[in-house]
Amino acid sequence: MASDLVTRSATELLDILNAGEASAVEVTRAHLDRIHETDDRVHAFLRTLDDTALAHADDVDRRRAAGEAVGALAGVPLALKDILCTRGQETTCASRILEHYRPPYDATVVEKLRAADAIVVGKTNMDEFAMGSSTENSAFGTSANPWDLQRVPGGSSGGTSAAVAAFDAPLGIGTDTGGSIRQPAALCGLVGMKPTYGLVSRYGLIAFASSLDQVGPLSRTVTDAAHLFTAIAGHDPRDATSIPGAAPEVLSGLETGIEGLRIGVVREFLQADTGGVEPGVRARVEEAVARLEALGATTVEVSLPHAGYGVAAYYLIAPSEASSNLSRYDGVRYGLRVDGETVEEMMARTRGEGFGTEVKRRIMIGTYALSAGYYDAYYAQAQRVRTLITRDFEAAYADCDLLVAPTAPTTAFRIGEKADDPLAMYLNDIFTIPSNLAGAPALSLPVGLDDAGLPVGLQLMAPLLGEAMLFRAARALEADLGFDPTPHGAGALPAPAGHTSRMGT
Amino acid sequence: MPLSTDDVRHVARLARLALADEAVEDLRAQLSTILAYAEKVGEVATTDVPPTGHAYGLSNVLREDVPRPSLSPEEALSTAPQAENGRFRVPQIVSED
Repeated sequence: MASDLVTRSATELLDILNAGEASAVEVTRAHLDRIHETDDRVHAFLRTLDDTALAHADDVDRRRAAGEAVGALAGVPLALKDILCTRGQETTCASRILEHYRPPYDATVVEKLRAADAIVVGKTNMDEFAMGSSTENSAFGTSANPWDLQRVPGGSSGGTSAAVAAFDAPLGIGTDTGGSIRQPAALCGLVGMKPTYGLVSRYGLIAFASSLDQVGPLSRTVTDAAHLFTAIAGHDPRDATSIPGAAPEVLSGLETGIEGLRIGVVREFLQADTGGVEPGVRARVEEAVARLEALGATTVEVSLPHAGYGVAAYYLIAPSEASSNLSRYDGVRYGLRVDGETVEEMMARTRGEGFGTEVKRRIMIGTYALSAGYYDAYYAQAQRVRTLITRDFEAAYADCDLLVAPTAPTTAFRIGEKADDPLAMYLNDIFTIPSNLAGAPALSLPVGLDDAGLPVGLQLMAPLLGEAMLFRAARALEADLGFDPTPHGAGALPAPAGHTSRMGT
Repeated sequence: MPLSTDDVRHVARLARLALADEAVEDLRAQLSTILAYAEKVGEVATTDVPPTGHAYGLSNVLREDVPRPSLSPEEALSTAPQAENGRFRVPQIVSED
């Protein structure tokens, strides 16, 4: 029963829980057992929250038995990225500078998850301050990809993607500034979705680049992602960038298919000279596009002429905003302090010792780009290029409803393979960054394996507030492809006892 | 434009980052490479193109100024490395000479 519980989707678990076939405590304990059995190999979690998780599950069981109200995700385990503030519980952003930080308040997303009665089983590993594509920039060790433990799970939400792929939890929360939900989802064979900028509150989300950061779901099925999106989206007066009004309703139309949908294939993203798309990635993406046509969609080739400048603009905008946001870690109000004779010496030593190499690199880029004499040529120019990329999307959507592209140019790479070449690492995000710059929603869906047996992600992109269409198209393709998210192959984490992949070895 | 080690030290001072000498040289090389790539944005003609503010177009979000409960002083100071008499304590800021 226990191994059966951990391989279920959130939707299936809700049916089991509502039917009384298992209690929330049993479901939670099964997932915690799975974590404790496997996390020495995967290192998805920075810390588990056994006591609070079991107490919450027990409370859900009590209320369910008493006929009292329970939330929409009542009793479903969830892995939470350690970038969202949890009151009184350590929240580190995988950084030494916040190593023992216990926030005095909850993020809005955390409040919403509690109201939905999702059970937070632990806080997941990540690249420090969400800066990275592999979790190798975590101050507390790298996570492993359950499909091949020698490879990265992607990043920055790589702890969450590793946890969901390892059957530690059916639901996970990540954040996406330049692809940090979609790329790890692609590398771990999961569904990962970045909502429209402003649909999910950033209150209590530790800031990286405020004009780009967005919280979103990871899961093994599209329907689960749609449920989790529904639980966390909505206006929040505590976030001034939050979009007023109700969030798009995505559940009711999920199974209605894509007959007549017009899908744009982004020409630049499949050209050989753009981002070095691996043959295995290209093949699976092209097959998926053919399946979309078979399902009744029409496809048209579209162009995003300025998308090639996306990475350059992003690596000015995001570090500039980060250099400003991270100035708050000064050894005064919270976090690490390293003593010095003067306040300036104390701050410089604190930051020099507290931040890792990549975070320092980005603070330096951003400080330089914003410094006297360079602002117009760098930050302001990048923000103008951003406007042109947004206009490219608007022009493309004159001819189509959705866009498709690879999520990442490669499948999961080996731990250490790109760690010494920052620019090569940045180019992982070449296809995901444009949606962040435009503030538009996008979703990665697993569409098969490459020749090495590693998952390939297809990225679907929609106009602002186009979430309903995004989930509907992803659901139609998912149902057609029948991808099995169970990691398998020579280097994979073994599946829970008694559970085998539908796709063989 | 390649950076000098003096450029790196100047920016590190602005950013309040104490750097070891090896880190200064590493950063000089890496920042030069990354900025050379990022300078591609200068190739794009952007005359009359406004910079992006909010992706959805929100600006000047206002609300009534109504007092409401927030963190207590004790909670606000609870995470401070050093606090004293209800305040954050820091080393000397203004030198005596």
